[in-house]
Amino acid sequence: MGLKKYISDIFYGVKSLITGMKVTGHYFVRPKEIITQQYPENRESLKMFDRFRGEVVLIHDENNMHKCTGCSACELACPNGSIEIISDKVIDPETGKSTKVIDKFVYHLSMCTFCNLCILSCPTDAIKMAQNFEHSVFDRSELTKVLNKPGSKIMPGIR
Amino acid sequence: MNFNIYDFTGFVNSIKQWLNSVFPPAVADITGFVIIGICFLTFITLLGLSLVYIERKVCAFFQQRLGPMRVGFWGTAQTVADIIKLIFKEPLIAKGSDKFLFNLAAFIVIVAPFMAIAAVPFAKGLHVLDFDIGLFFITAVSSIGVTGILLAGWSSNNKYSLIGAMRSGAQIVSYELSVVLSLLTIIVLTGSLQLSAIIESQRDGWWIFKGNIPAIIAFFIFIIASTAESNRGPFDMAEAESELTAGFHTEYSGIKFAYFFLAEYINLFIIAAVGATVFFGGWMPLHIGNFEFFNKIMDFIPPIIWFFGKIAALIFLIMWFKWTFPRLRIDQLLTLEWKYLLPINLVNLLMMSVVALNGWHF
Repeated sequence: MGLKKYISDIFYGVKSLITGMKVTGHYFVRPKEIITQQYPENRESLKMFDRFRGEVVLIHDENNMHKCTGCSACELACPNGSIEIISDKVIDPETGKSTKVIDKFVYHLSMCTFCNLCILSCPTDAIKMAQNFEHSVFDRSELTKVLNKPGSKIMPGIR
Repeated sequence: MNFNIYDFTGFVNSIKQWLNSVFPPAVADITGFVIIGICFLTFITLLGLSLVYIERKVCAFFQQRLGPMRVGFWGTAQTVADIIKLIFKEPLIAKGSDKFLFNLAAFIVIVAPFMAIAAVPFAKGLHVLDFDIGLFFITAVSSIGVTGILLAGWSSNNKYSLIGAMRSGAQIVSYELSVVLSLLTIIVLTGSLQLSAIIESQRDGWWIFKGNIPAIIAFFIFIIASTAESNRGPFDMAEAESELTAGFHTEYSGIKFAYFFLAEYINLFIIAAVGATVFFGGWMPLHIGNFEFFNKIMDFIPPIIWFFGKIAALIFLIMWFKWTFPRLRIDQLLTLEWKYLLPINLVNLLMMSVVALNGWHF
């Protein structure tokens, strides 16, 4: 090891240390960039990120209509079996054909790992991930949810 | 009582006279010792509590976190809660450990900084031990702590403790050299080891400014080597938690664990105090040569505030190191000392001697 390399090593080392200290010093003097949330206090104003996966919801519009055709692609895609689709066959009064209509979209929140595969597999974009994360309940049975609202119908033109 | 914030000599003497007038001489001396001891115990307890809190907050802000926020206003009572928890915890002793040495180690570790802090000059006249070898005393006594660390590792009957202690021993023995040599660089200029004399020699400017380039190099070596000597990050090989769980204090719990923790923070304070005294003039205000007007303004700030301000700045610098740099591997650690710091230090000492002989310093 030559003397020149020895000395240049020292200067390079000092320079890289100062670079590191600049980064932490930058954070230290900018308390506004702190990312910690004071959770229970800021509950009213807390807004989760759009990409946060809290629970699966079935999208309903203002007329209580959803887009689920009951194809059960999500049920097949789910690795944990947390979705069960119970469907009926009804005769369409206009065309006279027998069609599939969902009776219950059952979602077991307790089994869900929020992997997003059901949302990706849905051909009609009927379901999405909501940002609600406060799921604690006193009884396990409350975690089994029926996602379609009572009396809801499929939107016309989806099928 | 002639209390004066700028000079405590009269205040201390009046207490001494009052004690002598009330008690016979022998009792008066012992009462004086007890008062000083209680003062230091209180000071060290408060220091430990506040430094732990400050460390956690500073660390959090460096990492874009908030740190403790729940207990008390902005988490100020967090360390009090922690110490109450530690007091009520069961002091476990591992099976197969050497019980006597195991208990003794925690005390040796805490005794070393207790002795060293006595020689720290807090302000003019507020100085318990003013030996003519004060600096030598501090450096000698503060390295007793390594005995405690080695004992703790040996007596725990735990491989992690033993490896941690051995690493710590190798590290402290190596870095002690650099600390003392960097301090010697300034002693070349002061010509005295007495701490009050070192401070007095900086009446017309601190050594870091007066001592030319060698003083600045010496300061950086001092701060690196003393960080290593106190087993703090990035040199915390002895308790590298990812490989040695907690190193030499793995088996300690409850209040004995708190001793190790407290010793680390008092050592941090002592390092900052020695650095401030030797390089930044201790309690001496910032003076520039014979610039009278400026010196008068600086004198207006009490020495005790100067002293604690300098210490706070140095402690912050050491904390900045800890929360920025990655931990060194054991061979890198020894390479840094023996191949870099020590040769630079020796050359620096030679340079300083040349500077002092030719009178190139200010």
